Amino acid sequence: MSEATSETVDISRLSERGMITVRGDLTSVDLQYQLTSLAGVDMPSEREAKVEDGRGLVWMSPDEVLMVLPKSDVEGVLGTFRETLGAIHHLAVDVSDARAVFELKGPKWREVIAKGAPVDLSPKAFALGQMRRTRLGQVAVAFWMTEPDTAELVCFASLAEFVSNWLKMAAKAGSFPDYLKEYKNDA
Amino acid sequence: MLSLTCPNCGVQGEETEFAPGGEAHLKRFGPGSAEEAFEGYLFYRKNPRGVHFERWRHAFGCGKWFHVARCTATLEVFGSYTAQTSIVPQNIIDAIKARRPDWEMDQ
Repeated sequence: MSEATSETVDISRLSERGMITVRGDLTSVDLQYQLTSLAGVDMPSEREAKVEDGRGLVWMSPDEVLMVLPKSDVEGVLGTFRETLGAIHHLAVDVSDARAVFELKGPKWREVIAKGAPVDLSPKAFALGQMRRTRLGQVAVAFWMTEPDTAELVCFASLAEFVSNWLKMAAKAGSFPDYLKEYKNDA
Repeated sequence: MLSLTCPNCGVQGEETEFAPGGEAHLKRFGPGSAEEAFEGYLFYRKNPRGVHFERWRHAFGCGKWFHVARCTATLEVFGSYTAQTSIVPQNIIDAIKARRPDWEMDQ
């Protein structure tokens, strides 16, 4: 675990990511069918994120999911929602420009987020497929893993610069408290 | 520090992730009620030393409201339950009585 690459976390903003907030009765079969067929993943249950290759569904609250997809597909998907879900009470809004997505790449991403979020980020407590909405410092964020050493973090677009600076500061080489060291053998 | 469990999303979080909403189970006295009742509804709040029922919101999480039963003296949390109720559920009362045998519900 001493090679240089394993000690750094690359922070990058995914500006081509599109996002649609969908609110409604998530137990509705019709809504679930549309969501899963458009996103190409299974319906996430409580606190789950199913994202593959920049496309998927993230559970946000008991009546809200965030659909992630390429920005260029957003218009088409919203049109499909309007056509197929007209009779079902729901809300679908393009929030691509209202949210910012960051990718944290590197095995130490847990140490970066753990500096500001009151969450147990040990691999046992937070694994691939889970999502968490919480605070980072004093701003609201949501994050989930896309690969074993990669996480995505969403915040309000108005806070993008603050969060970007915060993450880069927290990811400075040599600044990790290594509090997850004891978990290394389990990971 | 309190450690609360949100019954809406199942997250066990620490206090700073939540926003307090004051005393729970208030009965509203609106237009047409006696002035004393309206005054009480607006201003009079319980301030017990011991078991207390409160409203909380998972502000940095799912954003939903819920109820919490806790002890104001020891910060022990007895349980959290849905916001869509005007009475305390029996399982919460049982959990409090298990820890505070002398306690009686006073509402």
